[in-house]
Amino acid sequence: MIPFAYQRAGSVAEAIAVAARPQSKYLGGGTNLVDLMRETIEAPAHLVDVTGLSTAIEDTDNGGLMVGAGVRNTALAEHPAVRSRFPLLSRAILAGASGQIRNMATVGGNLLQRTRCAYFYDDAARCNKRAPGAGCDAVGGFNRIHAILGASPACVATHPSDMCVALAALDVTVHLDGPDGGRTVPFGDFHLLPGDSPDVETVLRPGELITAVEIAAQPLAARSTYRKVRDRASYAFALVSVAAAIEVDGGTVRDVRIALGGVAHKPWRAHAAEAALIGQPARSDSFRHAAEAELAAAAPLSGNGFKVELAARAITAVLDDLVEERA
Amino acid sequence: MSIRDHARTAKQAMQAATQAAMTKAIQLAPDSWMPGGRPDPLIFHKHGHVGQPVSRIDGPLKVSGAAPFAAEIPLEGMAYAALLFSTIPKGRIASMDVSDALLAPGVSLVMTHRNAPRMATMPLFLTGAKAAGGDDLPIMQDDRIHWNGQPVALVLADTQEQADHATSLIRVTYQAEEAVTSFAAAKDNGTVPGLFMNQPLQSRNGDADAALAEAAHKVDAVYRTPRHNHNPIELHAATVMWQGDRLRVHDASQAVAHTAWSLAQVFGIDEDQVHVTSPFVGGGFGSKTLWQHQVLAAAASKLAGRPVRIMLSREGVHRMVGGRTVTEQRVAIGADADGRFQSLIHSGTIAMTRHNMMPEPFILPARSGYASRTMKLDVEVAYVDMIANTFMRAPGEAVGTFALESAIDELAVAMGIDPIELRLRNEPDKDPSTGAPFSARHVEEAYRSGAERFGWSSRGAPGSRKDGEWLIGTGVATATYPYYRMPGGAARITLSKDGAATIDIAAHEMGMGTSTAQTQVAADRLGLAMDQVTFRYGDSSLPGVVLAGGSQQTAAIGASVIAAQRVLVKELLKLAGNDSPLAGLKVEDVGGRDGGLAKLDDPDRFESYASILSRARRDTVVAEASPPPPLEMLHWSMHSHGAMFCEVRVNAVTGEVRVSRFLGSFDCGRILNPKTAASQFRGGIVMGLGLALMEETQFDERSGRIMNPSLAEYHVPVHMDVPDIEVMWTDIPDPHAPMGARGVGEIGITGVGAAVANAVFNATGKRVRDLPITLDKLL
Repeated sequence: MIPFAYQRAGSVAEAIAVAARPQSKYLGGGTNLVDLMRETIEAPAHLVDVTGLSTAIEDTDNGGLMVGAGVRNTALAEHPAVRSRFPLLSRAILAGASGQIRNMATVGGNLLQRTRCAYFYDDAARCNKRAPGAGCDAVGGFNRIHAILGASPACVATHPSDMCVALAALDVTVHLDGPDGGRTVPFGDFHLLPGDSPDVETVLRPGELITAVEIAAQPLAARSTYRKVRDRASYAFALVSVAAAIEVDGGTVRDVRIALGGVAHKPWRAHAAEAALIGQPARSDSFRHAAEAELAAAAPLSGNGFKVELAARAITAVLDDLVEERA
Repeated sequence: MSIRDHARTAKQAMQAATQAAMTKAIQLAPDSWMPGGRPDPLIFHKHGHVGQPVSRIDGPLKVSGAAPFAAEIPLEGMAYAALLFSTIPKGRIASMDVSDALLAPGVSLVMTHRNAPRMATMPLFLTGAKAAGGDDLPIMQDDRIHWNGQPVALVLADTQEQADHATSLIRVTYQAEEAVTSFAAAKDNGTVPGLFMNQPLQSRNGDADAALAEAAHKVDAVYRTPRHNHNPIELHAATVMWQGDRLRVHDASQAVAHTAWSLAQVFGIDEDQVHVTSPFVGGGFGSKTLWQHQVLAAAASKLAGRPVRIMLSREGVHRMVGGRTVTEQRVAIGADADGRFQSLIHSGTIAMTRHNMMPEPFILPARSGYASRTMKLDVEVAYVDMIANTFMRAPGEAVGTFALESAIDELAVAMGIDPIELRLRNEPDKDPSTGAPFSARHVEEAYRSGAERFGWSSRGAPGSRKDGEWLIGTGVATATYPYYRMPGGAARITLSKDGAATIDIAAHEMGMGTSTAQTQVAADRLGLAMDQVTFRYGDSSLPGVVLAGGSQQTAAIGASVIAAQRVLVKELLKLAGNDSPLAGLKVEDVGGRDGGLAKLDDPDRFESYASILSRARRDTVVAEASPPPPLEMLHWSMHSHGAMFCEVRVNAVTGEVRVSRFLGSFDCGRILNPKTAASQFRGGIVMGLGLALMEETQFDERSGRIMNPSLAEYHVPVHMDVPDIEVMWTDIPDPHAPMGARGVGEIGITGVGAAVANAVFNATGKRVRDLPITLDKLL
């Protein structure tokens, strides 16, 4: 670990002012950033601790929730409103990490988790995300956990978060504050695909701080779920995960949300699958067809071809379950 | 092959020939000449401490955090060490800039090949009675790189954080040379026959190829197992200091005497100038021997003139402590119409470095497992530029049983015979390789009782049981591990006039329960209460050279204490003299009982230790002795077995495998302590579940680099992966083993891989021959 200065911010304004110093980073629960600092993958000179700021979960006027960026993962997963109105979010969080890590990890930090690609973690390897322009050793190496959608020749890494997959399905809004004032970003626009600059992972501008995630009211989310497929029963990152909600009327799909984890550089909203399902019979064959529509663009690597079929099966099974549950 | 390799191989071949002749002579000798020829009287002792589920003596210390481990010994003025590892597999260090590291806060030393003291290489494990080194490479003596992950610099600083930081400031460039890092390329370069403990890993009996070709039924398949890294929960660590020319090492070790001797060779000093202690070890599994870190810490301590603590990071353990190597195994079985084996072929290739002698001996289970008319067994070595291989829980058996016991299941399926029945039809009546009689073999009993408890008879056809998305199947496999007792044992008993006894032996407690079980044994043997016996171990200055390996400590300690007790009794009878009720009795006639000695068949002839010592005006009597060489393991075929039953649930949608039930039914001789033994069995099975379903070192064949050196990415089972595991045992004493007991530390991992794979086949109809059985193989 490289030596660094630590400061705890008393307010958002103070945090933003302090973080204006070069090589500053905001510190949430530290469950990922501190690991990366120990590995010298991240080497900030200043850490600004923002865990004490914005820790509330509040109802919004229109029946939604405003979740402070400093809310711990456990607190969000256990919150009665989340469990009843947005069960997919609660289940997604509880599918991730371990109890101890969830007790520490924050909502804001979870959005900024970095990939688990082994070549990103090992500074003996080439990685465009860690050292732009260096090349990518994952393409010809161990890429079983890597992306099948939206990747680029520069980077095939995946976003590791479970929570973010649920947030993608829920169309949440990210609230930011920064040196130039506050703004909001739709969740789907917050994370970036790798393109030629995989080192840039979000639309955050220098010094900007995530202050909250706003979840709008959406009745269909009350019957929603999250399914995670992984290599062991707990404490493993998703090979493929699915967050989904569906509204069926008279056997026809009226509305549906599908997001995938473990398949792309960002939490992957399955727009093509959703479009293929609206107005279709709420049956297994439609679900499979929709999944295949989404995965038509899949470009698997040497070690992750199985993810295409796995994702198709997982999407189909999750929607089957939701429809069955409703019947 | 280099000249050195040739010389080594020739020498080993000579030793092997000599050993073969010796073995024949020992097999022909009468039973009574053998150790264990006369059963240990303790076998018949049914109402003592042995066999009781005594809780571990060191338990309270450990759960209260009061047991000091190697990296917790504070020494005055101590510096902390951190290591920098090479990033290429082969070549030379072209440049190294340590100037920034030297200027970093708290740094007192940066040691590299330029300033390290001159040292000899480590004596390579198995090349001598006390050799403990994982490799025999020069350690920071030159600019050469031999594997990706080799330590190239060591930093000493006042805190661990300072040392870690300073290593990140060292700039190294390399001049890479062409390396062989792919298994396929290594095989293409040609292979050589493997040697294990100086024995060729090769067996022939008849013409197995012809018998296979003619067989009515046959299976012939290739099975693969990946590399595994060691992950004991306690990281490898040592706290070292020099006192003049004497080296003191607080180590995490399963080989204290070996380590002391080997370090003495490295530093060119006498064995008794090195003192290694290791009272508590947080798991060893074969990995806690001598690796470069202890040598480097001692060298740095010498240079810096202050004590040094080194504790490897988890990455460090993966980079520089060897593991289990990759195997590719062909198993072919030919059977007659009744399923009797006519041909058994188990052959294949493993990867190994040139600076190592551990070719994963996966053919060991086939040597003594089944009666086959013909047999052909081979392990070939392909040389790869990588980290040294080492012993990992049941080396050979853990992965060898996966291939062998999967193949038997395949044959059972092909022939429509119950897999247990097929195995029992091929039970040998003597050792199929050596012809030696079995000391005790109750495979059938283990299967019958296990099958009943598990409910084996309710098993269905492949793919016939389903619960929602989950396909359910059951599988079975034989577990097997030999009885070992290595030469070099010795123990000292100090009996004091208050009737208390201290047993001293340089053995080890790595969490298995050794100190507890051996206290029970010694108490029974001496006729004392457990709190009158102190069992001292984990100290190279104590008698004996007792490796905690090969599951041999139970026998090695047991035999050593028997030998020492014999000397003690002789001395006590002499001291007791003619005025004692014991007068005129011989050593063979008496045993320990009720705090003294009594005639075995007439317990009224008794005198207490206190009385004997008091009459002789002695405060203590000390007896030290070594047991006879372990000829029993050549005279008899001595093996433990188990019947492993597994139920899995395989998700039909995702291919995820969950083990829902497991039962191990073991035949390991007498169980000394059911509580600690059950933990050993269960722990082995848990490790076997990891081997079956998830453990895999990601070794990048382009760079020779291990890519998942962390417990987040190197998967071992978490609690949710482990079902309730039932264990049971025959508890039939082995008449030729001390206490009637064979070791229980390793057998639990054997057979598990195949039991799981066979259950997966029963659930899905899919045969997975490549470990680990990850979900992509079942989609």
